[in-house]
Amino acid sequence: MSMRLEHDYIGLSSEVPPMESSDKKFSAGGLHLKATELRLGLPGSESPERENGNSQLSIGAKRGFSVAIHGGSANWVFSGSPGSEPAFSPRAANAGKVITGSDSVPVSKDGLPQSPKPIAQEKKNQILGVNGHGVAAASKAQVVGWPPIRSFRKNTMASHTPKNDDDAEAKLGSGFLYIKVSMDGAPYLRKVDLKTHGSYTELSSALEKMFSCFTIGQCGSHGVPSRDGLSESRLIDLLHGSEYVLTYEDKDGDWMLVGDVPWKMFTDSCRRLRIMKSSEAIGLAPRAMEKCKSRN
Amino acid sequence: MDPYSKRKKELPERPPESTRPSPFPDEVLELVLGLLKSNKDRSSVSLVCKDWYNAESWSRTHVFIGNCYSVSPEIVARRFPKIRSVTLKGKPRFSDFNLVPRNWGADIQSWLVVFASKYPFLEELRLKRMTVTDESLEFLALNFPNFKALSLLSCDGFSTDGLAAIATHCKNLTELDIQENGIDDKSGNWLGCLPENFSSLEVLNFANLNSDVNFDALERLVSRCKSLKVLKVNKNISLEQLQRLLVCTPQLTELGTGSISQELTERQYTELENTFKHCKNLDTLSGLWEVMTPYLPVLYPACTNLTFLNLSYAALQGLELANLLRHCPQLRRLWVLDTVEDKGLEAVGSNCPLLEELRVFPADPFDEEIVHGVTEAGFVAVSYGCRRLHYVLYFCRQMTNAAVATIVQNCPNFTHFRLCIMNPGQPDYMTNEPMDEAFGAVVKTCSKLQRLSVSGLLTDLTFEYVGRYAKNLETLSVAFAGTSDWGMQCVLGGCTKLRKLEIRDCPFGNAALLSGLEKYESMRSLWMSSCNVTMNGCRLLAREMPRLNVEVMKEEGSDDSQADKVYVYRSVAGPRRDAPPSVLTLSVFTEGTSPKCRRWGCNPYFCDMDG
Repeated sequence: MSMRLEHDYIGLSSEVPPMESSDKKFSAGGLHLKATELRLGLPGSESPERENGNSQLSIGAKRGFSVAIHGGSANWVFSGSPGSEPAFSPRAANAGKVITGSDSVPVSKDGLPQSPKPIAQEKKNQILGVNGHGVAAASKAQVVGWPPIRSFRKNTMASHTPKNDDDAEAKLGSGFLYIKVSMDGAPYLRKVDLKTHGSYTELSSALEKMFSCFTIGQCGSHGVPSRDGLSESRLIDLLHGSEYVLTYEDKDGDWMLVGDVPWKMFTDSCRRLRIMKSSEAIGLAPRAMEKCKSRN
Repeated sequence: MDPYSKRKKELPERPPESTRPSPFPDEVLELVLGLLKSNKDRSSVSLVCKDWYNAESWSRTHVFIGNCYSVSPEIVARRFPKIRSVTLKGKPRFSDFNLVPRNWGADIQSWLVVFASKYPFLEELRLKRMTVTDESLEFLALNFPNFKALSLLSCDGFSTDGLAAIATHCKNLTELDIQENGIDDKSGNWLGCLPENFSSLEVLNFANLNSDVNFDALERLVSRCKSLKVLKVNKNISLEQLQRLLVCTPQLTELGTGSISQELTERQYTELENTFKHCKNLDTLSGLWEVMTPYLPVLYPACTNLTFLNLSYAALQGLELANLLRHCPQLRRLWVLDTVEDKGLEAVGSNCPLLEELRVFPADPFDEEIVHGVTEAGFVAVSYGCRRLHYVLYFCRQMTNAAVATIVQNCPNFTHFRLCIMNPGQPDYMTNEPMDEAFGAVVKTCSKLQRLSVSGLLTDLTFEYVGRYAKNLETLSVAFAGTSDWGMQCVLGGCTKLRKLEIRDCPFGNAALLSGLEKYESMRSLWMSSCNVTMNGCRLLAREMPRLNVEVMKEEGSDDSQADKVYVYRSVAGPRRDAPPSVLTLSVFTEGTSPKCRRWGCNPYFCDMDG
């Protein structure tokens, strides 16, 4: 599955990956551990080539990009054809895709102004497990006393959002239920609060709005491939459309189709959402999808 | 009979009446000066002449001590014989963020012992960042028969047993205000310790506590206390219980609710709505723990006259906030969580034209995966709608120089600008440049700026701007910023009114530290942690400036020559003797050189008592 075309939404050309480092080779379908090896740096310290790429990104995208996976790249075995890899799990695929999207992350540490101290260094070494299960969780060091929040507030908010080790995806507070939403091809995930929606239709339209900027180059239900995915007419009907399938992972870890059970039951058991390409869902060959996109 | 000894016996002889400059008898002067409430005014008055100094000292009933180690209780008592109300602050502010060792000091007990003898008629005690044990609370309760008001903010060392002692023995209690403390909550029935006929309470705030209180006792208490103006309950009080309390207290001006998460029947909902309709005197609303948002409308009738709305523990969404704000036309101060996102802040801009203060707290500050919250857009939206904004505390994950420039152009009257970009050293996310120009815009435009907290990727240029333009700046907080000593030197050299400087994780070293040699005596304190200061630098400072206390806290396993955490403050009380082993007090006496010829003693030009 080609990843390059998905870069268009951030303004990078689809031809040459504008990745700064020359040793970042990347090709679809191959295992390039070096390519998936990301380097660390402070967010925003990317090299200048990425000029206007950021302006279209929404909140937090920078963060998702610039924190890297340190070592352990073996865990992120990247497979070009998801369907064919038996050990492939949606989680890893998503992770892989996020890495892909963020492969222009690399950081030349030389470009950085003199960084203050070991503490800051420690912060740079923070590892972000993309799917919530930190790859090298042990290295996730928190800077003492930062951000500057009083203990009382920390403890109060912590008790509102119980964090289970094995269930880091669903953030449950009494007022909200945030779960992660991934979309195939998007470089970063979003979170949506299931409690603010009362029905599947509401959820579907909320997700459409969230991810509309990523839906480009699809042979959409309109039948007309388009170049620019940012116009509003490109909203997809996630429940009934043919391009995407909305799936969720339930408490047992199984991937289910959204819409079968009553809404309340769904919110009780849903741990995360994935907007899956229909082609993947029915095991179409990735190259067919590539052709579809290349009509862009 | 005045409990305090006659003044004539204590002071040196005065010249005869005919040669005295002042035409007023002392008693008249005292009466007049007694009307002065502002500490700043009182300090100025005390400098006029000896008579005015004495009159001011004798007519003062309230003293504010910004650093408990800057002066000793004996010195305070000697200067101000008639104090009835004391406000004391202890630990450095960074102790709130766990940067100060637990047993660092600031224990109230030594003060209470002196007060028991010198101010037996003490009525009010307000403490911030002090260590207060249960024994101290009991001592307080037993030794001050007129004691009325206790306020503890961000203190530690006590448990609900201490509160029980206060409740049991303080017959004249009007105020019990327990806020955000590290309290050992043993539950128990401290509230029930208040006597059955006790009815003088005006302020009760126990929102800090996690355990249940005796609700029956609370209900009876609240119905007896007709003067109760402030009631802030904890999250264990349910909506139904709150409703029963509110029925007894229509005169409340400040309400902190319990949790809003109980399932209500329709009848209960209507009853609650009616009760809130009668709370027309509320100017402050807080609490709303674990809020179930469908019930928010029940509060709307109570919001008509609200000037302060504290939603910082209520995880509201933007739309819910917008709906609520439509009912708060008088709002001056708003605290929210960043769950409201930019949409919520847009609603703030549209609905709160009178807003003066905004604080946005992060709901999930330590979770790197969270990608929502507020951005620069929300802040900008507020600035367009709320032109009177002068106090902001804003936690966000991204910011741009251009946005801040727009914000201060819209709101040039900032007195407090505290911006926390949560990822240390993060640049302008659109241009990748440092955030220097943002803070440059702030200090250039906001001439009244008193307090500034900076964040993001900052070079020395930021501090050049601060030193050059922030002439009214009193408090500066810096973290993960700067390029060299020059930055700190600019601040110390340029900010003439600087009183508190707190720095962490910056590349400032001895040269910077020592450039402020002459300055620190005019400041309350300096904090530097995880910078490049060495023990030698600190020793030199201590040697040159005998009236400064230079304290170094070492971290385990660190290099002997590094001064990991440095706390420097002026003091007329000399080096303190109650420091734990992990805190090294460097002083001219321990450093073995002869002190400069300066006199000790209470110098009115020097007294830090007014901060």
